[in-house]
Amino acid sequence: MNAFIAIVHRDLLLVMRRKSEVLTALFFFVIVTSLFPLGIGADTALLRKIAPGVIWVAALLSTLLGLQRMFAADYADGTLEQLVLSPNSFTALVFGKIVAHWLVCGLPLVVLAPVIGIQFDLDAQSLKVLMAALLLGTPVLSLLGSIGAALTLGVRGASVLMSLLILPLYVPVLIFGAGAVYASSVGLDVTGHFSLLGALFILALAFMPWVSANAVKIAIE
Amino acid sequence: MSNVNNLSSSRILNWFKFSSPSTFYPLAGKMIPWFWALTFIFGAAGLWVSFFVAPVDAVQGQGYRIIFVHVPASWMSMFIYLVMAAWAGLGLVFNTRLSAMMAQALAPIGAWMASLSLWTGAFWGKPMWGAWWVWDARLTSELILLFLYLGFIALQASIDNARRADKAGAILALVGVVNVPIIYFSVKWWNTLHQGASVSLTKAPAMAQTMLWGMLLMALCFWMYSIAVGLMRVRAIILEREAHTDWVKQLNEVKR
Repeated sequence: MNAFIAIVHRDLLLVMRRKSEVLTALFFFVIVTSLFPLGIGADTALLRKIAPGVIWVAALLSTLLGLQRMFAADYADGTLEQLVLSPNSFTALVFGKIVAHWLVCGLPLVVLAPVIGIQFDLDAQSLKVLMAALLLGTPVLSLLGSIGAALTLGVRGASVLMSLLILPLYVPVLIFGAGAVYASSVGLDVTGHFSLLGALFILALAFMPWVSANAVKIAIE
Repeated sequence: MSNVNNLSSSRILNWFKFSSPSTFYPLAGKMIPWFWALTFIFGAAGLWVSFFVAPVDAVQGQGYRIIFVHVPASWMSMFIYLVMAAWAGLGLVFNTRLSAMMAQALAPIGAWMASLSLWTGAFWGKPMWGAWWVWDARLTSELILLFLYLGFIALQASIDNARRADKAGAILALVGVVNVPIIYFSVKWWNTLHQGASVSLTKAPAMAQTMLWGMLLMALCFWMYSIAVGLMRVRAIILEREAHTDWVKQLNEVKR
């Protein structure tokens, strides 16, 4: 447990020392979502309709931007090997890195989402649903993404390859996350979407840290 | 006593004998012509039944006949993924070289089946639904299956170390298995445009007997084709990966 907290603390500290990388991903999210109204036109009814999809897709892509950083630097300078050799459970350490990634790349999206939502003329109820869906969905993105980050360690064209591997796996989160917001904006029940998002979250939480830990070991061996 | 032992050991087939590339390579070579022959026999019979024997569909007219390619291709695309993931998992657990090679050999065939299923589906959808493509649950999940195959192939291709490529691919294949039941049950779970399953193990088929026969014959043909091509591919992969060994250098086709 101590090692887990230490890893989270260390990764957050590293991020704070080099803020630009994180801010780039966040600005990417803001800029991409702001481009859609410019490209499509300022028809509020249309904007309200496309908002859930646009915000979710932008969230997916900006999560992807940060994933590369999850293991790559530690792999390059040998830290990852030391972590594998350490007496602590490697799964817990990988889980710590995933948590740190979510705190840096997922949580800010949840906080920013209402501002973006207002650009798309979403009402207060939909904004709440959007935030709740992102709160439940972005951890799944970090958990699933860790596999892609682990499998492509030190591989040619890693970032492009990672999007090919990970984006298909992100589709269920996208469907149910955007579906919840859309359902809320047209006045339908959202519990079904949230149950499925929750199920995805529990499933990913149970297996992904372990799978990623093994994937990292394959890359190192 | 020794006699009995001899008898029992000769009775029981030693399956593990063929888990080594050097013994599997000649065996595969012997099997390939048989599977090609079966492919052509089932294919000829299936095409004959599906074009000349099967009646015209009451609702969809002649256009329905693409079912005889579409359904077998869709079945194979899902089934090959399961087989590929199973081989990959075996390779990961038992660290056998041949299982990983099988998984690698099956991936392009599965990808080909998935794209065939999507294309024939589009050709069928255009006259029946009036659209090449709709964002329906089954179509979308089949498309994701194609992406999973492509991801597997791309990941294996971009890692130079064969051992690491096998293991990384295996993990990806096993994670992607979640998608297969989603495709299979998608017509049941979501009520969308794609029609429900026409053939089921539990109830009588909802189509004419001859149509069913045509489809099953074509499915067998696709099955044999996949096995034949899979064996050819795995032979090529064995040659590529075992090129440094003596037994490969002794092969007639290599010496020539």
